[in-house]
Amino acid sequence: MSAVAPAAATPLSPVASQRRLPWVGLAVLLIAACALPFLVSNYRTFQFTLVLVYAIALLGLNILTGYNGQISLGHGAFYAIGAYVAAILMDRFGVPYWATVPIAGALCLVVGFLFGLPALRLEGHYLALATFALGVTMPQLLKNKAVEHWTGGVQGIVIVKPDAPFGLKLSQDQWLYLFTLAITVAMFVIGWNLIRGRVGRALVAIRDHPIAASAMGIDTARYKSLAFGVSAMYTGIAGSLGAIAIQFVAPDSFGIGLSIGLLTGIVIGGLASIPGAIFGAFFIQFIPNIADQISKAAPWAIYGIFLIGFMFLMPMGINGAIRLGWARLRHRISAQRKGG
Amino acid sequence: MEAFLHQVLGGLATGGIYASVALALVMIHQATHLLNFAQGEMAMFSTYIAWALINAGVPYWVAFFLTIGFAFVLGLAIQHFVMRNIRSTSVLQLVIVFIGLLVIFNSVAGWIFTYTIKVFPSPFPKGAVFGQKYLSPHELGAIGVTLIVLTLLWAFFRFTSLGLAMRAAAQNPGSSRLVGIRVAWMLALGWGLAAAIGAVAGMMVAPIVYLDPNMMAGVLLYAFAAALIGGIDSPAGAVLGGFLVGVLENVLGAYVVGNELKLGVALVLIVGVLLVKPSGLFGSVQVTRV
Amino acid sequence: MSVKNLLACASAALALALAAAPAAAQKKYDPGASDTEIKIGQTMPYSGPASAYGTIGKAEAAYFKMINEQGGINGRKINFISLDDAYSPPKTVEMVRRLVEQDEVLLVFQTLGTPSNTAIQKYMNAKKVPQLFVATGATKWNDPAGNPWTMGWQPNYQTETTIYAKHILKEKPNAKIGVLYQNDDYGKDYLKGLKDGLGDKAKSMIVAEVSYEVSDPTVDSQVVQLQGSGADVFVNITTPKFAAQAIRKAFDIGWKPVHYLNNVSTQIGSVLTPAGLEKSVGLISTAYIKDPLDSQWANDPAIVEWTAFMKKYYPDGSLIDNSNVYGYTVAQTLVQVLKQCGDNLTRENVMKQAASLKDFTPNTLLPGVKINTGPKDFAPIESVQLMRFDGKSWVRFGNVISADAQ
Repeated sequence: MSAVAPAAATPLSPVASQRRLPWVGLAVLLIAACALPFLVSNYRTFQFTLVLVYAIALLGLNILTGYNGQISLGHGAFYAIGAYVAAILMDRFGVPYWATVPIAGALCLVVGFLFGLPALRLEGHYLALATFALGVTMPQLLKNKAVEHWTGGVQGIVIVKPDAPFGLKLSQDQWLYLFTLAITVAMFVIGWNLIRGRVGRALVAIRDHPIAASAMGIDTARYKSLAFGVSAMYTGIAGSLGAIAIQFVAPDSFGIGLSIGLLTGIVIGGLASIPGAIFGAFFIQFIPNIADQISKAAPWAIYGIFLIGFMFLMPMGINGAIRLGWARLRHRISAQRKGG
Repeated sequence: MEAFLHQVLGGLATGGIYASVALALVMIHQATHLLNFAQGEMAMFSTYIAWALINAGVPYWVAFFLTIGFAFVLGLAIQHFVMRNIRSTSVLQLVIVFIGLLVIFNSVAGWIFTYTIKVFPSPFPKGAVFGQKYLSPHELGAIGVTLIVLTLLWAFFRFTSLGLAMRAAAQNPGSSRLVGIRVAWMLALGWGLAAAIGAVAGMMVAPIVYLDPNMMAGVLLYAFAAALIGGIDSPAGAVLGGFLVGVLENVLGAYVVGNELKLGVALVLIVGVLLVKPSGLFGSVQVTRV
Repeated sequence: MSVKNLLACASAALALALAAAPAAAQKKYDPGASDTEIKIGQTMPYSGPASAYGTIGKAEAAYFKMINEQGGINGRKINFISLDDAYSPPKTVEMVRRLVEQDEVLLVFQTLGTPSNTAIQKYMNAKKVPQLFVATGATKWNDPAGNPWTMGWQPNYQTETTIYAKHILKEKPNAKIGVLYQNDDYGKDYLKGLKDGLGDKAKSMIVAEVSYEVSDPTVDSQVVQLQGSGADVFVNITTPKFAAQAIRKAFDIGWKPVHYLNNVSTQIGSVLTPAGLEKSVGLISTAYIKDPLDSQWANDPAIVEWTAFMKKYYPDGSLIDNSNVYGYTVAQTLVQVLKQCGDNLTRENVMKQAASLKDFTPNTLLPGVKINTGPKDFAPIESVQLMRFDGKSWVRFGNVISADAQ
């Protein structure tokens, strides 16, 4: 009885306050993100725009690989499709930039779904290999004579960066960052809802116990192809935003390095986690630059050491490490409360 | 007709390259049930070591066997210091580690040896073989070496108790320990052997494609395709797969789809085989218990 | 205020005015330039598929180090910032933005690669920062009207293959031409030059056009295809590794066409020796720069000087790689431009001086090749000479062909 009295003195019980904490934290993060372009230089804003772009792509890949267990070493291909859709629509057809994003997403949804169908029969490293082949082949397909008229072939396509609308006093970089931020938030909300709900549970069930899942009545084929489609859609949207930010698309920008980079991003960031997509995006955007500063002679060796080091120290990714640390901290706090 | 024959024979020559790397991939898979993406770069690095030895005046065959030894130790070391300490058996974490190894070897090779192409000598005598011009003496010799390695590997797994122990350790580590197999040693041995086979592949490939740090980059995808088509657990299948991929690549590239879609050929091959016969031409079908 | 104080103030003001006026007229700086330093930015593929070219950036860095040790340019030290872009255009965009917006360099020098430069061209011209002496031979960099802040340096690719085309039309008008080219903008630019040079006869003379990717292990299959097409002239548009393979394979299969090799891959040390010197006899190409391994230049003062430079400032660099001579020569050109700027180190003046090079002749260029630029001529080197390989050296023949005259 005496234990209740001190608890009643505090307005919120520990459990409820813990539940509210992530929301408060999220709101703070969002406000900080909105304020960012006004606090840092245009160049940094541009870099952060790229972080957001990668975050969307990584969330997409996480839906497929993290939550649904289908390994993809070829997601760079969907990124490339999204980028080229945006570029071709803007350059050849004069479509406004903001309209190209949903179109890229819709197209990639269909393409991803179609690729997911034959992928149904493949598992584990066989799927990895098939998607690896897709990732390697993509640049050559983009250069092909048959589509050269649209894609600009090896020359690529130069895009004009959009200005802020309604005469707002924002620089191009600032406007693009805010535009990308809005889309990122929207995509993350959609993703979170998806994962939290029935679809997410089905995906995870298929990943962990495929036979049991289908025995329970989950249509594994439908969900797996859907996962491919949705994941491709996310990555395609990221690609279109990336193209607008960089203002240039060329076939050799979208080689296997991009696909490998995306996979690296979700593993480092934290598989099957939504914040993991953001951590991973920071990693793949900034770590190569840092590695370059550490060693001019062999920067990628440093990057490789980073990769292996992360796997040694944080096998569950940054998100996993944070969760572990947070859980330990909470455990220690509650132990103190009980003891003290 | 002559041109067609030429393409087919040329395909066998490049197929020999794919086959030798595919053998290393099969080896590592037999021992660890993993697909090592860094195999090509390890092979390339070992070839550079051989080059350095030969450049320092060591005779070819001495350098050849020294390099095999070096590669074996390298494989052992990687397994012991890197792989063993990764506390996770999740495929993805391991893939990231392999990618890390890949970029490290590539980057360090470029740093130490620079990116200018180097000539790697061939141990086979010059001069046309049987008076024909389609396959150079080295290309024929390389195919021969690949077949020798294949035979040795097959014999090792089929007839020696060590080979059996290795396969057992990969298949069922728990039970293997119970019967007294030192599983950790088997894994290390597997890595060492795979690295050694890779080194042989590299030394056979380099005289044809010239030695530079990006030598194996293009080969890797085709080697994977070869290993899959033949069956990831069948060395003979991998070799056959290699020749098949080489010939198909050449013939389809020259006559059917054009050179600009050769990679597309590899893609279709891989996806096609995996759909129709996932265990490959000669692989065994995996049955999973529910 | 006392008279003395007033006088002091007046004389101080006068002194100040006198001091300020000439200074305002003499020294002008844009971001990146100051009394003590000139900041120069660059991106180079130090990693990735084109990493073989990274040595160019290193040679240039070594040259600037030498200049700094000799006192700098008009008393100012060069601060050379060279970043890796892994030959990936998005990375190039990011790195160049960093150089311009964060590091605030005066100019960007010798960015390598056609797609990389295409990606940043609009940005550089919008920001009015010199994109100087780009390390690619694509034809589009000579466009002073449309892109006044972008300038190339080396003879462009189309000019080279146009020269081959004219030579073929003269020497072998009934030739059947087979072309091997790299499937990217470098290869396609060369191909265009060939077709433009052949004019109406392009369709009838070119019997086979075969491409390869940088990721292909070998081009042996492509060479076999070309032989099978019946071609008796081989236009070989390949980068060093593949050039060596193609030369060797053509010889091994007994195909003896008239063999034109693109200038990018003519190094004796890194291409012809691996291919086999005896297999390279008869190769035709063009040149504008000296090859360090060519015995005819063994005692040439330029190569002797260059070798000494390499040994002292870039000891890790290869003495058989022509790229290092290239880098050395371009760096010299930039130093000349900056010297001409004097104390007016604005970006506008940098471009003005770059467009005012008159008969500038670094001694590593071939005899007869000079650097000339003008307000309408943003192609510094437009002269080349045809040459044939005799098994030991590249023997030049004919006259120095110059597009400058046009």
